[in-house]
Amino acid sequence: MNKEPLLQVKNLKKHFPVKRGFFNQVVGQIRAVDGISFDLHQGECLGLVGESGSGKTTVGRTILRALSPTDGQVLFRSDDQSYDLATATEDTLRPLRKHMQMIFQDPYSSLNPRMTVFDIIGEPLLVNGVSDRSEREQRVQELIIQVGLKPEHIRRYPHAFSGGQRQRIGIARALALHPKLIVADEPVSALDVSVQAQVLNLLQELQSTFQLTYLFIAHDLNVVGHISDRIAVMYAGKLVELGTTDELFRQPKHPYTEALLAAVPVPEPRKSRNRALLSGEVADPANLPSGCVFHPRCPYVEDRCKTEVPKFREIATGHLARCHLAE
Amino acid sequence: MQNQTQTEIPSTPSSIISDSNTDKTSSYTASQWQLMWWKFRKHRIAVWSATVLLVLYLAAVFCEFLAPYSLSFQDTSYNYAPPQRLHFTSESGFHLWPFVYGLKGQRNPETLQKSYQEDLTQKYPIRLLAKGQTYKFWGLFKMDRHLIGVDSGGTLFLLGTDSMGRDLLSRIIYGSRISLTIGLLGVSLSFFLGLSIGAISGYFGGWVDDLIQRMIEILRSFPQIPLWLALSAALPSSWSALQIYLGITIVLSIIGWTGLARQVRSKILSLREEDFATAALLVGASQTRIMWHHLLPSFMSHIIVSLTLAIPAMIIGETSLSFLGLGLRPPITSWGVLLKEAQNMRTIAFYPWLLSPAVFVILTVLVFNFMGDGLRDAADPYER
Repeated sequence: MNKEPLLQVKNLKKHFPVKRGFFNQVVGQIRAVDGISFDLHQGECLGLVGESGSGKTTVGRTILRALSPTDGQVLFRSDDQSYDLATATEDTLRPLRKHMQMIFQDPYSSLNPRMTVFDIIGEPLLVNGVSDRSEREQRVQELIIQVGLKPEHIRRYPHAFSGGQRQRIGIARALALHPKLIVADEPVSALDVSVQAQVLNLLQELQSTFQLTYLFIAHDLNVVGHISDRIAVMYAGKLVELGTTDELFRQPKHPYTEALLAAVPVPEPRKSRNRALLSGEVADPANLPSGCVFHPRCPYVEDRCKTEVPKFREIATGHLARCHLAE
Repeated sequence: MQNQTQTEIPSTPSSIISDSNTDKTSSYTASQWQLMWWKFRKHRIAVWSATVLLVLYLAAVFCEFLAPYSLSFQDTSYNYAPPQRLHFTSESGFHLWPFVYGLKGQRNPETLQKSYQEDLTQKYPIRLLAKGQTYKFWGLFKMDRHLIGVDSGGTLFLLGTDSMGRDLLSRIIYGSRISLTIGLLGVSLSFFLGLSIGAISGYFGGWVDDLIQRMIEILRSFPQIPLWLALSAALPSSWSALQIYLGITIVLSIIGWTGLARQVRSKILSLREEDFATAALLVGASQTRIMWHHLLPSFMSHIIVSLTLAIPAMIIGETSLSFLGLGLRPPITSWGVLLKEAQNMRTIAFYPWLLSPAVFVILTVLVFNFMGDGLRDAADPYER
């Protein structure tokens, strides 16, 4: 951990303009991601949690430059060199793309229905210079076995597979170029509960086999807790808490994390719990509340929370929270 | 039932995925076009329409051979002859093979109207591959065989004749060559324009997109028929038949491409946001590759459907223009040109068979629409 981090995100922002009217005037900004910073070390898995609309998917897509960030830095280390992905041109990006891949949430729309599994998994190889078909075929067969499917499946089209199997195909595509970083954007939330565990286990196995680094995005703390070393909690485009999985589960410092933990179902129906359930709506990223963005829903709200923006400060070693009251 | 379920191939993906029965593995490896064909095949009316269309287009291809008379045939002694009936029975009993009686024309001394009567003494059996007028097949081979005909001396006007004694059926068959191809040609031109302009609009976005969209709005706000009329009136009268034909095609597709361009644009805009397009971008695929390998194949089937549905509009457009006298002009023979003969009340009242080209226009437009319907249902076999 004392080495240079693989990925450093500094004050990343992504705002979407709101356009209206005949001439498409910009009438406002949606602050989907509003100043996010974290480090990600080689071989680590960082979980990124938040409600729908909190901007977590946008973080993943902006880091990989599927979207262009509005502001901030994304420093990626490759071959002892550091590249700022946030400002890189498409030409500098292209050779770097093979080091970082994405696993998508929806296993249906992420696979082109008009291509065979061979063409889907082989595409990363083809566009990165493996032009020999038999070489590609061999590699695709290796990959398909690694993700737990059968070699004869590569002649088939995606419609022949179930959701879980499709997600495995998506994983194989992401692995094809030996990436260092994988952004997994809610990779199991579209799957049946019984299949979720299988895919999670596969992701864990692959991580140890290939020393992968994960940014694991999810809305379910249970899933994230299962796989992550550290967890970052996101609310309305900002990080509100960041800490190791153990510590965050034992001692949440931010009331929002507390509420998320309380919402995690416990498989003991007789046990009664004091649930700190959240009231109110998720903050509107086009019209953020003043002061602490969480104050309209916070059970401990004080006067200063409504005016004063809390800093993202270190409460304990390696444990940060954005709350005036945390200690 | 048992037998049926075995031979029937499931057409929806959901039923394909359901189990790993080895009988169904063929559908696992079925491409988009195969799935589309399986789905289209289930649409009875569409399949029938496709068959009728095939027959119509084959007739257009082999029109010299199919038409009983050649295009240049005319015999003023038989002008405005009504359709001749095919007979199976005569005073000598039932005939297995149909025949026609000879035609006798008489002028009514009071009204000067010509009226025709069947000459029961002369019987002309219909001959297959009959020797008739010589023609040049596709302008290449000299031939004199027609699919049907009668021996010399007799006449075979199954749909009657016009003011110059020309066989209407033969002219309709020859006209199909022009009327049916002008739709195809116009649509290919629209396709080319719509695809490229729509792709530019959707792909580049920004002010290019705005400009193109406003231009399309202006073009579409013109009333269609007056615009066509104005444009075709502007074609120089010194042009040759072929030039006029091409000119009219261009006029017809000037509005046709706009709808297509919009469809292409919106498809590109929505498909670009699909995860598989993002995935291709993230593995380092170039923009051209994403366009050609991911976006274009994804909306090609929709484009083909809208093209199919655009052809009848073109055919009607040509017919209306020619009917109004601003489209194709004789000596070119198209269904619209033929209908122009039936323009006044008098001809319709006395010679109603001159309207028969309209039946062919209606038939063609209907089958195109039915087939387009079936294609549209089959176009997206991946619906969930």
